[in-house]
Amino acid sequence: MSLDQLYQQIILDHSKVRHGSGLAGTDAPEGATTGQSHQLNPVCGDEVTLRVAVADGKVTQVSWDGAGCSISMASASVLSEMAEGMTVPELHQVIDSFRDVLRSRGKIAADPELLGDAAAFEGVARYAARVKCAMISWVAAEDALNQAA
Amino acid sequence: MAVVSTPPTLERALPVMDNAEVLRIRNDFPVLDQVVNGHPLVYLDSGATSQNPLSVIEAEQEFYEQRNAAVHRGAHHLAVEATEVFEDARQTVADFIGAEYAETVWTSNATEGLNLLSYAFSTAGLWAAQGRGDAGLKELALKPGDEIVVTEMEHHANLIPWQELAFRTGATLRYIPVDDAGSLRMDVAAEVIGNRTRVLAFTHASNVLGTINPVTDLVGLARRAGALVVLDACQSAPHLPLDVKALDVDFAVFSGHKMLAPTGIGVLYGKQELLDILPPFLTGGSMITTVTMERAEYLPAPQRFEAGTQRISQAVALAAAANYLTETGLARIHEWEAGLGQRMVAGLESIPGIRVLGPAAGQERIGLAAFDVDGVHAHDVGQFLDSRGIAVRVGHHCAQPLHRKLGLTATTRASAYLYNTTDDVDQFLDAVAGVRAYFRA
Repeated sequence: MSLDQLYQQIILDHSKVRHGSGLAGTDAPEGATTGQSHQLNPVCGDEVTLRVAVADGKVTQVSWDGAGCSISMASASVLSEMAEGMTVPELHQVIDSFRDVLRSRGKIAADPELLGDAAAFEGVARYAARVKCAMISWVAAEDALNQAA
Repeated sequence: MAVVSTPPTLERALPVMDNAEVLRIRNDFPVLDQVVNGHPLVYLDSGATSQNPLSVIEAEQEFYEQRNAAVHRGAHHLAVEATEVFEDARQTVADFIGAEYAETVWTSNATEGLNLLSYAFSTAGLWAAQGRGDAGLKELALKPGDEIVVTEMEHHANLIPWQELAFRTGATLRYIPVDDAGSLRMDVAAEVIGNRTRVLAFTHASNVLGTINPVTDLVGLARRAGALVVLDACQSAPHLPLDVKALDVDFAVFSGHKMLAPTGIGVLYGKQELLDILPPFLTGGSMITTVTMERAEYLPAPQRFEAGTQRISQAVALAAAANYLTETGLARIHEWEAGLGQRMVAGLESIPGIRVLGPAAGQERIGLAAFDVDGVHAHDVGQFLDSRGIAVRVGHHCAQPLHRKLGLTATTRASAYLYNTTDDVDQFLDAVAGVRAYFRA
């Protein structure tokens, strides 16, 4: 497997653009309930604090602060972009599917219909040392979602 | 540097190492002869763990094929043979660091050696308070008001055991800071190490900065204060001539797997008069004289600290590794690796966006270099290098406080050993030069 299959364009793009990045200054939408989760990977120091806002059963905002490698940052960015507008059960379903793919060691193919841009992280599953990088913001989102909804 | 002692006569007769010799050395290391991600493996992670030469692998295999038995027990032939090679290995490793046989204790690794000392010191306080053991234990007991001094560049293994010792005894942990050039602030050291200091623990060579610390000066400060000295020799014992007696440290630790031996074996050196009175860390079989249902009396060192069935084949393999290094010549190895370290730093400094930690090019350092790449996380750097078959370490290298001080969370480290050529370093540098463009930094 080549480096370009791991670092797909979508990943390199999102690692620079970082959708949803910046907790300070982004107040949660009015009337929404929020949940926030901080996750740390002690092995490499990757860190994400992610907040989910939910109103009327839908995710209205995902904001985060983080420091880490391109895969962890891109993963948080993709998650933030695609989660907004989903219902709570829909986001749970996407998180579950993403986790299944990432922990499959490459045995489960990503469903592009369900995972959208997050399917680009499929290649990460073959790099055991990098799975946590891709997962860290999704673990935070699941925790935050459970608090908010 | 006083730490690099004059080579023995035999060694002086040998020419300096060159790439041709390194290529011959590489033939002894089968693991290096492989293709990784379509490129010949360039192994630059010996600071984390080193590779094993055939003589080490064969020593362990020979032990299991011909002599395997528990040592120090049993009257049968194999038990006698196993005991003989196990204790011969101890003598070999003692000679390797200039220690006496009974001052050389087997541990699992340096981390265990440092924890052994930490717990022996706090137990010394318990024993002294109840009048148990040697009267000299009172001198080793720590109490509130006493101070333990470490440095800001320590590996977690030479920091946390002392934090915990301070917690258990009420003593205070202090540290010697690091300056911007990656050296210890010796002016501050002279202030920090004082009459309250009971233990001074520091690394001989930094696993991140590559700095070689001024052991003689630090030991001088400790002696003036009446403190004991613990030396972390993990990055020195494998790479340069080490003489614990010449350095006059009280204790020293190192790990076998960083010096061509297998994992699971390490050494604690201690001055005989200290080891013989310190309470044991682990207790059980093989370390006692008499045992009743109420209590036990303990053997002197080294058995005092070797409870349970020992790491016999690993000890034999570590002796084989020490022999391999001695035959190649540690002063020669040190000189070769220091040259590779300089080549790394000079090359890295010429690449835009790279910040090398520790001493600048031209300043003394061991054969490693840790660095930050502007705009690219260390994990991504490591992944990129791996795609070229180059193995390096990424992360905080078990030195979080040092990284925090430098304003970083993770860096990339290349570390060389006697089996690395200048071509290895050049391939590494060539790959690093392409990192920022790939990640659009």
